[in-house]
Amino acid sequence: MQSLRWRAIAALVVLVLGLAYMLPSIPGVKDSAIGKILPGDSVNLGLDLKGGINLTLGVDMDTAMDNNLARLGDDLKAVARDKEIFVLRPNVLNESQIEVVLLKSEQKDAFEDVINKYTQFAIENTHLMDGGKEKYVLTISPQYRKDIEKLTMEQAIKTIRNRIDQFGVAEPDIRRQQDNRIQVQLPGLQDPERAIKIIGQTAHLEFKMVDDAADVAKAQQGILAPGRELAVLLKKLPNGQYAESPIVLKRDAVLTGEYVTDAKVQLDNWNSPYVAITFNARGGAIFTNLTTENVNKRMAIVLDGKVYSAPVIQERISGGRASITGQFNREEARDLAVVLRAGSLPAPVEILEQRSVGPSLGQESIDNGVMSAFIGMAMVLGFMVIYYSFAGLVADIVLCLNIMLILAGLAAFGATLTLPGIAGIILTIGMAVDANVIIFERIREELRRGLSASQAVAEGYGRATLTILDANVTTVIAAVILYQFGTGPVRGFAVTLTLGIITSMFTAIFVSRILFELYLKSRSDSAKLSI
Amino acid sequence: MGLQIIKPDTKIDFIGLRKFAFILSAIIILAGVASLLIKGGPKYGIDFAGGMIVQVKIDKTTDVEMVKDAVRGVELPGLVVQTLGLDGDHEYLIRTSSSNITSEDVRSRVTTALSDNLDGAHFEIQRLEMVGPKVGADLRTKALEALFYAVLLIAVYISGRFEQRWTIAGVMAAALGFGVYGIGLLGLEMGWLIIAALIITVALCWYLKLNYALGAVAALIHDVIITIGIFSILGKEFDLTIIAALLTIIGYSLNDTIIVFDRIRENNNARKGNTTFAAVINTAVNQTLSRTIMTSVTTLLVVFCLFVLGGSVIHDFALALLIGVGVGTYSSVFVASPILLGFGPSAQETSEA
Repeated sequence: MQSLRWRAIAALVVLVLGLAYMLPSIPGVKDSAIGKILPGDSVNLGLDLKGGINLTLGVDMDTAMDNNLARLGDDLKAVARDKEIFVLRPNVLNESQIEVVLLKSEQKDAFEDVINKYTQFAIENTHLMDGGKEKYVLTISPQYRKDIEKLTMEQAIKTIRNRIDQFGVAEPDIRRQQDNRIQVQLPGLQDPERAIKIIGQTAHLEFKMVDDAADVAKAQQGILAPGRELAVLLKKLPNGQYAESPIVLKRDAVLTGEYVTDAKVQLDNWNSPYVAITFNARGGAIFTNLTTENVNKRMAIVLDGKVYSAPVIQERISGGRASITGQFNREEARDLAVVLRAGSLPAPVEILEQRSVGPSLGQESIDNGVMSAFIGMAMVLGFMVIYYSFAGLVADIVLCLNIMLILAGLAAFGATLTLPGIAGIILTIGMAVDANVIIFERIREELRRGLSASQAVAEGYGRATLTILDANVTTVIAAVILYQFGTGPVRGFAVTLTLGIITSMFTAIFVSRILFELYLKSRSDSAKLSI
Repeated sequence: MGLQIIKPDTKIDFIGLRKFAFILSAIIILAGVASLLIKGGPKYGIDFAGGMIVQVKIDKTTDVEMVKDAVRGVELPGLVVQTLGLDGDHEYLIRTSSSNITSEDVRSRVTTALSDNLDGAHFEIQRLEMVGPKVGADLRTKALEALFYAVLLIAVYISGRFEQRWTIAGVMAAALGFGVYGIGLLGLEMGWLIIAALIITVALCWYLKLNYALGAVAALIHDVIITIGIFSILGKEFDLTIIAALLTIIGYSLNDTIIVFDRIRENNNARKGNTTFAAVINTAVNQTLSRTIMTSVTTLLVVFCLFVLGGSVIHDFALALLIGVGVGTYSSVFVASPILLGFGPSAQETSEA
């Protein structure tokens, strides 16, 4: 009986630990005196239970690559010019190649030296053109491409995190997923649409000069002078809608959002809000030069390809400040300031998946889930006692311990309880008695064969254990695969199911046997067993 | 002493009943498949098809027709209105097949339509989900893969445990797994790929005489097909939670089957004289019958509670489990064991006997 004592102690230790981890999840316990000495936190509730939004964003990596290559090309052009080698503006051919035209082919050696020394490009091929020009096709290595992809994703995640932090959501969860996707979870958010707008906005801010000499009508037919582009000027109407009108801009941005250090909402003399931006030293210097050289010309403020305003530069503006007016309401101005402060996304993002659950539905789901769990459990408990009398009581006790251990496990591992997770627990309640049923039926068989109670118990547990293991391993396999392939709520289900199976094996095989043996030991006539 | 529903000396001739069982199974499967064919495949929810759903709760007596009328003017492609939960809840699901419109737009259009046309009834948008077409296709592929790999691993486990033929089963699984992965790279439609792979799995189990695995896998494919068929007949949608339910059904069905198989193996090893294998199976099924029924009853009790009280979101999930647990119990007795009989216990054990 020595071993019985040690087994009982081991079981007690596990159960006490389980209790300690489970208790904080009971409403009210965490804040009470006892809550202070308990470990860990309460069970995390999934977004489907506490309300909130879950977004899957796809980063447009093709565009990001194109932007990156264009920038690398511009860098190359700049480095070459410093060395008095003149090239035309590089063109992006595809996601790993650009095309550069060298104006004087006699500078070939010097130019190739620049490419090899100062850039990540490799020369794919060269081609002699008319007038002594040389056309180069340059490519980047797959490894470097991967590095850019990684950096782009990191920057996108960082930017989104910054924006959400400024938006003020408690406990946001932002993580990278495969295939250039980002998962964003925002619990308990009341206004999902606004959050989505803020997260999804690329916020690529550019300042471009307006070409007032150009013919807008011709431009609309696609006739544009080199280095010009057609854009859309937004004008807010009194009803809150935007009217669009065409405008011709010089293609090269004179200044970009990279140099912005701060953006704030301020009110003008007529009490309407505008966004005041502050540049860093370099940006400020560029802006001062720009305004000095272009007095009486119009400068367009372009955000994500749309022109918000195109004011005439009245005078030189120094001090590194500018403002974006666009007849916003206060909320729009605030949101714009948020995205400008947090920086622009390195590439456009697309919302691939969005799930938002209102907090009231979440509460309703919890109530329904808990209610059906309790009623289902009560029915099973009653049924077991009626069918197996004393043994049924043992099964009931270990079933309650089992539920406690599942909750403790969820809290201890920091797993998230979702609605399908609650379903998993409920299913476990039904299946958890299975192990005991197998054992009890065996014991009954052995008793019928004429074995004494303690022999029958030993025989029943001995023979049933392997069967139970076999049966449960297959369910665990299904659950593990569910976890591997599933997303969000399905994973929650897999976790509770796996936990439920493991804990039910512990309680139904190990703990219930201890209870049986203690019971038999305490009775003088151990021949009888109520089963 | 507790109750006993099944008398200890019950001797029901389950093997003798197998013809009726096969006919019954065949009828239900054919009905399900016919329904799938008529409806042009399973009806996918937005998880798999892409699109958007808006769940609204109205705190005034309304019916689905009123809500339909109210949103009629909303110009959204493939607009469908469904009732959700119980009649008294006044919860509705408004669905559109498009995911090109922003969710903001859909939300505002639905809100405007409802507040304009429902005589100022108070309503709340409880849930809004949007799944883009790319993600939908991904999720569908992953779900199918999950079902396939679950079946494959389970076949390996059973063959290993019951017939000590880990190596053969493992090689089979590895070959199939790599095969599916390889062909998957070619961009074939995943659905057909998985169906083909499942057929090959069953054929391989048969060829390699992995008979326990064959019985169990056949039974669980049977259960999954029936559940899918009934869902199609009832016009229910398939989404991610239904896949979770199907995998649970796989787990449960196997659990049941394995317990019966375990007893068959135990009895077969202790077989004396001229007992037939059919008699061994019958005895084993009868011996475990009490347990089979008890576990089904307790599980069905709680799943039924989930079905009735669990709330709208989990209703179909519970329905899938209800059907699946019922069918799974039936199949372990009436489908898995007769298949095992049809092919013998396994080459190895017969030669030893």
